[in-house]
Amino acid sequence: MVNYDIDKIRADFPVLQQQVHGHPLVYLDNAATTQKPQTVIDTLVAYYSQDNANVHRGVHALSERATANYEAARAKVQQFIHAKDPSEIVFVRGASEAINLVANSYGQAHIRAGDEIIITHMEHHSNIVPWQLLCERTGANLKIAPINDAAEVDLDAYTQLFSANTKLVACAHISNALGTINPIKTMIQIAHDHNVPVLIDGAQAAPHTHIDVQALDCDFYALSAHKMYGPTGIGALYAKAELLDAMPPYQGGGEMITQVTFAKTTYNKIPFKFEAGTPNIAGAIGFGAAIDYLNRIGLTNIAAHEHELLNYATNAVNRIPGLKIIGTAKDKIGVLSFTLEEAHPHDIGTVLDRQGIAIRAGHHCAMPVMERFNVPATARASFGLYNTFAEIDKLVAALEDVRSLFA
Amino acid sequence: MNPELRELYQQVIIDHGKRPRNFCKLDAADRVMDGYNPLCGDKLTLYLKIDAGIIKDVTFQGSGCAISMASASLMSEHLKGKTVEEAENIFNSFHALVTEDNAKAKDQQLGKLTILAGVKEFPVRVKCATLAWHTLVGALAGKQEPVSTE
Repeated sequence: MVNYDIDKIRADFPVLQQQVHGHPLVYLDNAATTQKPQTVIDTLVAYYSQDNANVHRGVHALSERATANYEAARAKVQQFIHAKDPSEIVFVRGASEAINLVANSYGQAHIRAGDEIIITHMEHHSNIVPWQLLCERTGANLKIAPINDAAEVDLDAYTQLFSANTKLVACAHISNALGTINPIKTMIQIAHDHNVPVLIDGAQAAPHTHIDVQALDCDFYALSAHKMYGPTGIGALYAKAELLDAMPPYQGGGEMITQVTFAKTTYNKIPFKFEAGTPNIAGAIGFGAAIDYLNRIGLTNIAAHEHELLNYATNAVNRIPGLKIIGTAKDKIGVLSFTLEEAHPHDIGTVLDRQGIAIRAGHHCAMPVMERFNVPATARASFGLYNTFAEIDKLVAALEDVRSLFA
Repeated sequence: MNPELRELYQQVIIDHGKRPRNFCKLDAADRVMDGYNPLCGDKLTLYLKIDAGIIKDVTFQGSGCAISMASASLMSEHLKGKTVEEAENIFNSFHALVTEDNAKAKDQQLGKLTILAGVKEFPVRVKCATLAWHTLVGALAGKQEPVSTE
């Protein structure tokens, strides 16, 4: 790509400028968490150095600045996912909390014994367990949409799962363990044809692909900043305003109320009704800085770069005897989950680590995926906007070392 | 290749990892214990036949990385014929071997197990090397619940 200056981009990330075990760090664990550009780090430092104050409370200058920056970050999230209004963006700890919020609040109000919730076989534990907990509390049932051998949702089987009892669909936009990009627009349409609302777990999608919640017409969308080159401990729940308005509070505390007496409490308007207590102000502002950074590089450019990396890496590792890629969907992001005949993923991870190469080994918080493909674990290399073709060459060379060691 | 890696993945370990010894169910077992590492998914079932305080037979089944399988395999070879008390002492020595800087690597009672000393340089892999051993301790203590390393 002509305009994609990879050297300049890499220079934005201080963590990449280090050696690990005597080798330049090759960071290929971006599906777990991404590294942070200097602008995000500077934003956190600037907030704590200059503006630190509680939000929506004080009459003083610092509180005004903190509040303005916090709300500006909310508007950045809104624009990033093309929501209609900033009040549809609730700041939470991350995508997991966003899903738990919906399972608790929306679930409490709408899910009853005998109701059914549909998820897919490729969900992250964070989009399985909150629904299991809800089912345990209410007597509702979880229905699982199967996936094929390429790790794509079986749309016919998904459609067949709907019944008069179906009350909610929860589905990953992109699978963290397999890289599959789900046809969520179609899946949402099918659900809406049955008058069923849809929650999309977008944790893995946001740093890689354009998101338009209005075009998708999804009802809920969950985000984690730390997978978008932003800070940990902050994320967002998008929900349509009319849904949020009607939902009961998730947690009680300061900020989420307008009036409290011992007889009765009236709740604040959205989104504040769902933000009890002092929020992660610095994190939210850092989240905004991460979105600015993604916008500056451009999601179209990022997606194109990562797609080239994926193609290059897929071709290269397919030449390694005994290596099997798990997750071969036609539509996927830069995630390579694989097994290597002779070597267990943990041993692969250790050998690669000693060459400065960071990958993930294990079940990727998606044990049902491992069971579906009949493997105890996989090794996973996941690419981000700063990865290079030379880094993939190093990965491939290191995998050859693994083979020679375990052959 | 990195010398610490060579030290960790010695030929004996690769060999035991690929072709674990005593890798079968033991129908005569009087203690059966499951061990699980939820972090990485390694799991095994340990079978013990104990007679008059002496470990007459040890076998195991399971799946996991080379380190966990080799450690279980070497353990099963080493414990046969030992008393329960000796086995507990060996556990303590082995644990020290893979976690402590100044462990007596020459500890006589460890024998061939000292080949796993290289694990010490890889703190995240200590749980792999000790999974079978923690399962052993659970079995000797007569625990019912599966042993978890987390």
